[in-house]
Amino acid sequence: MIYSYFPGCSLKGLGRAYEESLLPVMRHLGVELVELEDWNCCGATAYMSVDERKACVLAARNLAIAEKAGPHDLVTPCSACYLVLNKTKHQLQDSEQMRATVQTALGTAGLTYAGNTPVRHPLDVLVHDVGLDVVKERVVRPLTGLKVAPYYGCQVVRPYATFDDAWNPTTMDRLLAALGAEVVDFPLKTKCCGASLTGTLPEAGLRLSYILLKEAKRRGADVIATICPLCQFNLDAYHDKLAKRWGPVRIPTVYITQLMGLAFGIPAEELGLNRCFVPMKPLPAAPAPAPA
Amino acid sequence: MQADLRPGAPTKVRRTIKYESERVKGFGREVMAVPGCDQLVRCIQCGTCSGTCPLSVYMDHSPRQIMALVRADFKDEVLRSNSIWLCASCYACTVECPREIRITDIMYALKQRAIKERMYPKRFPIPVLAREFTNMVSKKGRITETLLVMRLFMKANLLAVLSSWRQGIGLVRTGRFVLRQERIEHSAELAAMLATTDSQAEPAPKTNQEAA
Repeated sequence: MIYSYFPGCSLKGLGRAYEESLLPVMRHLGVELVELEDWNCCGATAYMSVDERKACVLAARNLAIAEKAGPHDLVTPCSACYLVLNKTKHQLQDSEQMRATVQTALGTAGLTYAGNTPVRHPLDVLVHDVGLDVVKERVVRPLTGLKVAPYYGCQVVRPYATFDDAWNPTTMDRLLAALGAEVVDFPLKTKCCGASLTGTLPEAGLRLSYILLKEAKRRGADVIATICPLCQFNLDAYHDKLAKRWGPVRIPTVYITQLMGLAFGIPAEELGLNRCFVPMKPLPAAPAPAPA
Repeated sequence: MQADLRPGAPTKVRRTIKYESERVKGFGREVMAVPGCDQLVRCIQCGTCSGTCPLSVYMDHSPRQIMALVRADFKDEVLRSNSIWLCASCYACTVECPREIRITDIMYALKQRAIKERMYPKRFPIPVLAREFTNMVSKKGRITETLLVMRLFMKANLLAVLSSWRQGIGLVRTGRFVLRQERIEHSAELAAMLATTDSQAEPAPKTNQEAA
């Protein structure tokens, strides 16, 4: 299985552990991710706040490069990238004017946009293309006894995703169950983490992160699993400030791909697990591993 | 007027009399003319958006109030409010709205308008971040988060540098503090692409006479 791959800026910066775990895990499952040539920033929420047409051109350049690269679906692990690229596809479909603007812009570099590359999230690929049975077969070190709170965040499931439910998504829950983990019922799974407000207006942003962490702890989770680099950062990197304001809520937050890697027997140091502010405890001694 | 965001600050209920003279006639129609914002006309003021919004408690006007104020042409009050900048684009309201109004997209249209008309609170960090982000992407093609945050702190909040030193050390320790600017190979090509949108005329907003 071959997919085009759009990592996004975060996966080369603060969220590098996501890429460090995503690539080996996908390779392990026979999925080849081919990074787009000379991709640019998707624009995230910030660019759209300033100039809608430029934001559309920016995102469309990536879609055009993906089309040129071949008839593969485009996989993007970052929630903001996933939302923006899908949103741009919708905008270009809905507005003739925007389509004309974008084609003119792309034309200066000899690119065109036809709109035929699906933009997909790794969760979608893992559950619907690879399949939970295949994932289960690869597990050599089941996460038995590990209580995991599945946290999806906002922008993957809302408003454009078609692969899961906007309010009660379950793909990550099922994936975690396939790894042998104990999935904690976590009703806040799609509640906002505070996004960039944790940095710009801490009083408002940090409180949202705090609520998530506290609830995960209250429900007895050992670790929170996430699929978004900004969620991971917010839930992981502000514990000092959170403790000072409202009391300690220490609980590690890792990427689902890191947990998958552990279950597949990939060493922790090859999965970027050393990059967490709040480290995850090593797994309890493995029970007799299932024959591979 | 900006809400008091300090911890423990009392939540005040403000009752303000609005005057006809404060209206900028046609503003509501201009916003509804932005692609994706046309459904605003269907708003029944049920308040589901405000109830769903995780940040409405910090806003000086709740999302429902913003929708009403836009429709009633209170341009200054809307564009100067902190509400539009507190919207973190979680799209909860958009998915939940029984009238299928794309509230998040309306917030974007309002942000764009506020930036264009420079009507946001001075040194308010959120629009500063949006501008710094946009500048970096337009020049380099990619974002290097640590460099972006440092620029934000310098422009909007020098004190934040001091209170974040522990986090900085943590980032260095975990190998996530990146000082090398990420950039694309064809940044000139990208700049030329973005520039083409400047030369194209914007759809003319309806004039006051037309709207009235």
